[in-house]
Amino acid sequence: MSGHPSTYEPKNGFTKWMDQRLPIIRMGADFMTYPSPRNLNYWYTFGGILTLCLVAQIITGIILAMHYTPSVDAAFESVQRIKRDVPFGWLLQPMHAVGASMFFFAVYIHMFRGLYYGSYKAPREMVWILGCVIYLVMMATGFLGYTLPWGQMSFWGATVITGFFGAIPVVGESVQQWLLGGYAVDNATLNRFFSLHYLLPFVIAAIVGLHVWAMHHAGQNNPVGIEPKSKEDTLSFHPYYTAKDFFAICIFLLIFAYFLFYYPDSLGHADNYIEADALETPAHIVPEWYFLPFYAILRAVPSKLLGILLMFAAVAVLFILPWLDTSKVRSMRFRPVTKLWFILFVIACFVLGWHGALSPDDPVMGVKSVWWSRAATLYYFSFFLIILPVMGLIETPKDRPDSITKSVLGEASS
Amino acid sequence: MKTSIKTAIIGAFTLIGAAFAGTTIANAAGDSESDYEMKHIHWHFDGFRGTYDRAAMQRGYQVYKEVCASCHQLKFMSFRHLGDKGGPFYDEHFKNPSDNPVVKGLAGDWEVTDIDLDTGEEITRKAIPSDNFPAIYSNKIAAAASNNGKAPPDLSVIVKARSGGADYIYNLLVAYDEEHPTENPVFGGQIAMAAPLYEDAVEYADGTPATVDQMAKDVTEFLAWAADPKMEQRKSLGLAVMIYLLILTILAWFTYKQVWRNVKH
Amino acid sequence: MSVHTENSHEVIDEDKRDFIYIATGTVVAAGAAGLAWPLVMQMGKAADTLAAGAIEIDLSKVVEGQQLKMLWRGAPVFVRHRTAAEIAEAESVDVSDLKDPQTDDERLVPNPAGKLEPQYLVMVGVCTHFGCIPVAEQNKVKPQGEFGGWYCPCHGSHYDTSGRIRKGPAPKNLKIPPYEYISDTVIKVG
Repeated sequence: MSGHPSTYEPKNGFTKWMDQRLPIIRMGADFMTYPSPRNLNYWYTFGGILTLCLVAQIITGIILAMHYTPSVDAAFESVQRIKRDVPFGWLLQPMHAVGASMFFFAVYIHMFRGLYYGSYKAPREMVWILGCVIYLVMMATGFLGYTLPWGQMSFWGATVITGFFGAIPVVGESVQQWLLGGYAVDNATLNRFFSLHYLLPFVIAAIVGLHVWAMHHAGQNNPVGIEPKSKEDTLSFHPYYTAKDFFAICIFLLIFAYFLFYYPDSLGHADNYIEADALETPAHIVPEWYFLPFYAILRAVPSKLLGILLMFAAVAVLFILPWLDTSKVRSMRFRPVTKLWFILFVIACFVLGWHGALSPDDPVMGVKSVWWSRAATLYYFSFFLIILPVMGLIETPKDRPDSITKSVLGEASS
Repeated sequence: MKTSIKTAIIGAFTLIGAAFAGTTIANAAGDSESDYEMKHIHWHFDGFRGTYDRAAMQRGYQVYKEVCASCHQLKFMSFRHLGDKGGPFYDEHFKNPSDNPVVKGLAGDWEVTDIDLDTGEEITRKAIPSDNFPAIYSNKIAAAASNNGKAPPDLSVIVKARSGGADYIYNLLVAYDEEHPTENPVFGGQIAMAAPLYEDAVEYADGTPATVDQMAKDVTEFLAWAADPKMEQRKSLGLAVMIYLLILTILAWFTYKQVWRNVKH
Repeated sequence: MSVHTENSHEVIDEDKRDFIYIATGTVVAAGAAGLAWPLVMQMGKAADTLAAGAIEIDLSKVVEGQQLKMLWRGAPVFVRHRTAAEIAEAESVDVSDLKDPQTDDERLVPNPAGKLEPQYLVMVGVCTHFGCIPVAEQNKVKPQGEFGGWYCPCHGSHYDTSGRIRKGPAPKNLKIPPYEYISDTVIKVG
């Protein structure tokens, strides 16, 4: 899975025997000795953190599935039973729920990092695109999982999201009812959502394998965006980056534990502690926080179909990003103007997230929330479709160092 | 390198901040415009080391049993839960709450329906600790029909199911206007539940004066425990885990420094 | 990873390095073990399963020669009201010949007066071989085995009128559940 010449040498009889038949030890050894750029900073530790998140979600998820009952009559109660009666269920259930939030928190940092350092540029387009696929499947998994506790937000969230498909012209209603397995969200829906929620994490794991393979094949990007030129420019993945990732993981776990033990419900919504009721919609439906920016884009447009298209376009535009950015320079460190546009882009994403949680008519600083969403949506798309293509052509990048090593030694004093 | 740590920390706090902002916004959205000012109670279970006030929970159980239980069920709870560790009637001599005589006695105050094992007919018998709190109405329609068209919500997780949590429940109970018993500013106007508490609605065994405020606080304490019965375990494990992770983080930092000591970066 | 040790300074450094690695490794191992505990223990019996333990059976309702089957902890409990002939047969067996030696009296529980009531045999109706339910009916379709007690149709184990294994692959006698008399005629199982 790694694109560097193997330095592994089997030492004893068993490893030699294995190496001729299934070189899996060689694969692991090559992975651990992969030459990584020596200048990777803490933003680059989120790949490791995300791997941990995926493994943790799969383990806690498999455990919860042992105790959960996917039936409209029993789902809510079975979650309560997990939290009250199953040994350590009170710990494992919030671990999975808070874990989902932490997973998205980490993936957003990971994505912003890729954007900032130009990790999507040639020859890493496939790394980026596979990452976008992972993100899409993650969103699907997160949404499906949120349905399972069968609270009011589960039910109405599922109703709204599947309603998107109802907006498709002509076949919309048929597609929606096919997805639901009925006229509305019901037992059939819950059962298939459970099945798919169990399946998709393994799909993610497989795509993560491809994502890492592509990254090792093309080589890791780094904060200066210059390819390693000599051995001096790289360090063995282990022990250098395992140690660094490990430290970052500890910090991440501290934040995770803080939420898990002291504010397990702060990232969720109170209404999801009310059992699903098909006859009563909550006053204020909001998705989980990690979907709020997209929810704001959806509601920024007064037309149902257009809003949905725009929301999907917000993800789709990420897929073609490698061809939208015309700059020859990868890292924003050397793109003084684009860097400012990027900072504004991050702010726009936060604004979208913030207004996704508000009612469209809520006034903020004298302006209706929906107008904030509209401005931020406009900027979101402008950043990808106008700023990045144009800036690449007109911006004069700063001088870049000759090599990674020179950049490291030159900047050591600053 | 230093700046990136700083930014990472700032990023983390932004997330925490955003989470709290989110809750505040949700709270603000739930309130309607009225003169009523929400009172913030300093609950015994607040904070990192907060625990439930056992005496308050026991009084709260009495309020629930004598006042609320005529309409509101606790359907996800069994009587044995009352004697669980962290619960209102926990006794360290009875690790198995079903053996706790106090819990047995409390369960015995209730009647549950069962099946006669010989005839298969429905019968009523005294509850035992393993029974769930019994249903009050046979179904939701019946519940709504007997209560001004609105089924009384189950109270097992009510404190978690309302943004504002314990403060909301307490304020709801004390905010009734004496002249308009079906209006509640915390609820936001007309409410199907008429003012449930009145002075001396119960007689506390421990001699605590049963004011509306006292009963509201006590029953909220009880319901807060009902909604999150493992909170005390979670917090104490949390403290151990946080200390462990802090030590591990320090060790990880030194390991990292050691590994990288000969590398300029 | 090899380290150049050119002077004594580096040697001290190396000790320190080893210490920090070992300390970190130990703390990680302890944490992993601590984390494994809840992940494994969650599969154990939940509190509601533990609580739903006991059932009460009124023995007086079992007619002589008949057997009552009740569900307890997800498996049947047999209550057999034995005939005098069956009791005599159970008591006459030479215990030393048995695969799982036990007298008939050892398989009974005294009533509140401290006396055994040999007419009531209470057992867990699960074959000790692989867990099927032995049959006791005396007819052609469901024979009760060669020893007049129970016969397990799955792999052919024969139990006598005291529920002891006499022939076939089962290793043990039918299990006696924990039970006590809570009145002269009512027992509480569990």
